[in-house]
Amino acid sequence: MPEEAITHRAQHEFEQEPVPESHQKSWRSFLGMYAGEHTAGTEFMIGPLFLTAGVSAFDLIVGLLIGNFLAVISWRFLTAPVATNARLTLYYQLEKICGKNLVIVYNVANGLLFCFLAGAMITVAATAVGVPFDMNMPALSDMYPSSITWILVVMAVGAVISYVAARGYNLVSRFANIASPWMVLVFVACGIVALARLDVHSFQDFWAIWGEGTEPMGGQIKYTFWHVVFWSWLVNAAMHIGMSDLTVFRYARHPDAGWMTAAGMYVGHYIAWICAALLYVLYLKTPEAAQFLANGEAPPVAPGPMAFDAVGIAGLICVVVAGWTTANPTIYRAGLAFQAIIPRASTYRVTLFTGALATVAGLFPAFAMKLLAFVALYGFILAPIGAVIVFDMYLSGRFRIVSNYAEKAGIHFNMAVFLAWVMSVGIFYTLSVTQGIFLPFLTVPAWLTCGLLFILISSYYQKKIV
Amino acid sequence: MKILLKTGAWIGFGLTLIPALLVWSGVINLDMNKTLMLLGTVIWFVCAPFAFKRKV
Repeated sequence: MPEEAITHRAQHEFEQEPVPESHQKSWRSFLGMYAGEHTAGTEFMIGPLFLTAGVSAFDLIVGLLIGNFLAVISWRFLTAPVATNARLTLYYQLEKICGKNLVIVYNVANGLLFCFLAGAMITVAATAVGVPFDMNMPALSDMYPSSITWILVVMAVGAVISYVAARGYNLVSRFANIASPWMVLVFVACGIVALARLDVHSFQDFWAIWGEGTEPMGGQIKYTFWHVVFWSWLVNAAMHIGMSDLTVFRYARHPDAGWMTAAGMYVGHYIAWICAALLYVLYLKTPEAAQFLANGEAPPVAPGPMAFDAVGIAGLICVVVAGWTTANPTIYRAGLAFQAIIPRASTYRVTLFTGALATVAGLFPAFAMKLLAFVALYGFILAPIGAVIVFDMYLSGRFRIVSNYAEKAGIHFNMAVFLAWVMSVGIFYTLSVTQGIFLPFLTVPAWLTCGLLFILISSYYQKKIV
Repeated sequence: MKILLKTGAWIGFGLTLIPALLVWSGVINLDMNKTLMLLGTVIWFVCAPFAFKRKV
């Protein structure tokens, strides 16, 4: 959710009413918002992690092109039409269908997942802050904190981020807006310098960097073309098919604004990922990385030292700023989600508590090193709720169930939604674990199943409303 | 004043990217690139907040 939307939440604008025409925005407002939002600290991890999953050139270059296009299509033809139809926040739309108490359950799940994501961003920033202290970077297979220096650096970074998130959210939001175009350029500069040092002067040289792919490293699974397509499509599943971005697109004049997500996808999730991957390729050529490989270990993925090696202090600043400016709204969002449970608690205290939780998560490198798997799980858990909104809006009349049932029946917990969500997630997660199926392959089936179960269970569960 | 700040911001923007292209074409070395990129970063963050107050 871009910062602007959060600011609107913080200012209590149109939280419980449709956005009026006077406050609707043209497609231009969404262009910069999405480009900035999706060029984040975690992009520094994702590019290299694709390499550790042994992708080939075709898998990465073409797979990302198609996966990102599917994501843009999802925003344009699913999220944006729903958003411009009802013009409500995700939370209010859900409250009408599910009831207040079930929204709280969703908020807890959302808040916890946001905390872990913010933890991964703190980890990324810590790899840059640790460079001047000659800190040992966590290995790809590390689960737990590797040194005292690591713990101290992560705690210091986490404390600063949490305090700023609690105190000066708007200031950081403004700083993030200033920093985001510069960050994109630093990502590109990193990629160009890496290409120069890898002696790449033609498209064939560029293609040969990945070639036919390698065996995966550090306990990662092998990614094929379809893994890349589905992963990149559904990395933001919670936002598009999960309808979290209703909160953003309710301000759009026309669903065509959904096309603007292409700026985020192709700048952040294409150019930035490929540039970050090039940094790791460069690192793999160093004697230090060769030593790791000779010992049969995976070289660490540490964005700080990699960016510092390529473009110097500007690269270090970029890693810290990218981690900070994206961890900040993530912690703030998680805080808002938790605050729904205890509305009387002060935002300041809840945000500090959330920041502390994210900092503890950041101590464990596993969240960053297993980011591909974690982000896939995040989308998988939250996306099916979006199906409930879509099915309720477009299919409730056809199947003769009452739309916005919780609001009309005056209930606080719609059991039909809860059962559909838990059953679809439970069934497909079990299938993934027991059959070893890549989780993003099951996100769309889980989404469809949730929608169908919602209709089916609702037709039994709903009482006739007079 | 605003024109000066805007010009400064664009110079900072250029200094963040162009040196990398010059490294690729062999015109400058890596150390020079690192220095210029840092300079570009500083200039961008000094000028951009005031130059693009409404736009950015």
